[in-house]
Amino acid sequence: MRILVVEDDLEAQRYLVNGLREAGHVVDDAADGETGLTLALSRPYDVAIVDRMLPKMDGLNVVAEMREHGNNMPILFLSALSEVDDRVKGLKAGGDDYLTKPYAFVELLARIDALMRRRSPASVKTKLAVGDLELDLLTRTATRAAQSIDLQPREFRLLEYLMRHAGQVVTRTMLLESVWEYHFDPQTNVIDVHISRLRAKIDKGFQTALLHTVRGAGYMIRAR
Amino acid sequence: MRGSILRHWAPGILRTQAFRIVLIYVFVFAISATVLVGFTYWNTERSLDAQTDQIIEAEITGLLEQYQRLDLMGLADVVASRSSREGQSLYILADSLGQQLAGNLDHWPPTVKSVGNFVEFQYTRRIQNELVTRRARGMALPLAGGGFELLVARDVSERELTRRLFSTTLPWSVGLMLVFGLVGGALMSRNVLARLDSINRTSAEIVAGDFSRRVPLTAAHDEFDALAENLNRMFERIERLMKGMREVADSVAHDLRTPLNRLRNRLEEAQRRLDPQSPYAVEIEAAIAETDGLIATFNALLLIAEADSGAARGAMTQIDLSAAMADAAELYAPLAEEKNIALSVLPAGVVTIEGNRSLVSQALANLIDNAIKYTPAEGCVTISAAETPSGVDLTVADSGPGIPEADRLRVVERFVRLEASRNSPGTGLGLSLVAAVARLHRARLTLDDNHPGLKATLSFPRAPLRASKAANKELRMANSEQVTANRE
Ligand SMILES: Nc1ncnc2c1ncn2[C@@H]1O[C@H](COP(=O)(O)OP(=O)(O)O)[C@@H](O)[C@H]1O
Ligand SMILES: [Mg+2]
Repeated sequence: MRILVVEDDLEAQRYLVNGLREAGHVVDDAADGETGLTLALSRPYDVAIVDRMLPKMDGLNVVAEMREHGNNMPILFLSALSEVDDRVKGLKAGGDDYLTKPYAFVELLARIDALMRRRSPASVKTKLAVGDLELDLLTRTATRAAQSIDLQPREFRLLEYLMRHAGQVVTRTMLLESVWEYHFDPQTNVIDVHISRLRAKIDKGFQTALLHTVRGAGYMIRAR
Repeated sequence: MRGSILRHWAPGILRTQAFRIVLIYVFVFAISATVLVGFTYWNTERSLDAQTDQIIEAEITGLLEQYQRLDLMGLADVVASRSSREGQSLYILADSLGQQLAGNLDHWPPTVKSVGNFVEFQYTRRIQNELVTRRARGMALPLAGGGFELLVARDVSERELTRRLFSTTLPWSVGLMLVFGLVGGALMSRNVLARLDSINRTSAEIVAGDFSRRVPLTAAHDEFDALAENLNRMFERIERLMKGMREVADSVAHDLRTPLNRLRNRLEEAQRRLDPQSPYAVEIEAAIAETDGLIATFNALLLIAEADSGAARGAMTQIDLSAAMADAAELYAPLAEEKNIALSVLPAGVVTIEGNRSLVSQALANLIDNAIKYTPAEGCVTISAAETPSGVDLTVADSGPGIPEADRLRVVERFVRLEASRNSPGTGLGLSLVAAVARLHRARLTLDDNHPGLKATLSFPRAPLRASKAANKELRMANSEQVTANRE
């Protein structure tokens, strides 16, 4: 994957670029808004990571400008600002996701994976399947090995999100944001409890477990 | 329409200090004017009476002298000649049967009232062919020898007329004075009210977070303008301080986030490079967990500061509390289930408030989190919302140990955790954020005894964002007492 990193703090940039390269991505970097915009408009990237506060051109303006030029690559904002509606501003300017510094690198990687997945047109499917687990998005039913599984509406949304990102790490914050639409720290780790209940429904009594815990990162659903 | 306007501002005016002062002033003025006029009248009447009496006494003395000198017939002549003169004096010289011998009164008049030596009586007189009854005051004197009697009197009807005039005009003029005074007072206090209102409105807007507002000055250069100028100077200072504080918070946020970010990055990189079997892997993992705790605390503190700065007021929307309660309860349900706690949401119908959705949800989540965390197994937690006369109450009640009365004000402070909670996870910032969110929405956080347990209530005022007069009052209340520890 080709990733553009626009970040002015050189130390943070170095870690970011190194980490992404280690994860197997091809990375270009820019240290100010103008360079970032020029790169974004001249080369094809799969995703861009843009800092909010940049010299020469603010991150919001960079993204707004990119969208103006018809560029619709997925963009993740990184921000060291503290404002409740900062996130909303970022998304309004044309960003697709938003992460506040300091962040966990696994969180960033998971979100980038999710962003790139979101772009693929395969997401208009009406049925999702992982191994022998099937989810019918029209009838809103779940079956595993032809055995129907009884799910609460929220459990269905949780499973749907996990299955849409099958084979990818999904963090607790991502689940909280997309399944519950909460953008804050719920104090106690409630997501873990929801996951273990879901796991009891889809994995209990079956030979192979589908829902896995990824240590220090989050969860992943996969067949093998 | 006009009637309703009148009804709308009339009670407001009646309650103003200005109008009350005018009212007292008008009444005191009316009473003293009445007393003054009454006293003047009484005094004038007395001196007029005394004058009349002196004249009568002098005439009597003169006539008695004539009588002694000239005897009865001489006196009759003198009386007759004096009677024929035009004037206010009345005379009658009568025998013991009341038969007139001389004078301008036809017969001895029946006495109406006797005051000392003096008598008052009524008599009839022909004035331009018309008989009129008039009042007179005089002195009767029996003459020595023969049973004859002499009466000298003066007409006092004029005085009677003045008295009647006084007694009818006085109430009217006092009444008119009261009416004019009250109307003038109402106008004056309305003027004062308008000035105060503009000061009030500006202060409310500033409290609401618009620190650039100033009280408008008038050309009058009166004491209100002096007050406005002083307030404006104060507002300017507040604006400068708030701006400084936000700048500090912003730069602290930025300047701490960057090194915290680097710290976490470095630790993560070290973790990636390290063989998972290495004995340091555990240490690094613990260090990362510590850092995450530090970051969480830092974020919570910033969020509290931000809610207090009023910056989040821009993102106010209509929030359906029923939906917010259902969502939060749904999120925490498995947590409650694990502890065998009955978590229930009481049906509330459609209850909406205006607020910052994310912050209100987070405040609600913090309250529910506390309730589940501090309530022992087998307890119950109830979430409810209800319309009240002053707004909307959002309540989270549990059956746990509750918070002792003495600690209820303290626990909302930053980092305060009660001794009993030392062993449960937490930073002591949960309730502080709830209180800050309450302040942002001009709501009130009340911690109450649930018998047993804690009952935390967020009381949102109705229409908190419009700085109407009604809201101003609530605002004053909410500001003076953002957190109330109810004492029974
Ligand atoms: N529902 C409750 N029942 C009993 N005590 C409570 C409750 N909620 C809060 N407290 C007390 O108030 C303190 C402060 O709460 P909070 O600010 O949420 O911090 P934390 O939960 O992180 O300790 C807690 O430590 C606890 O002692
Ligand atoms: Mg708490």
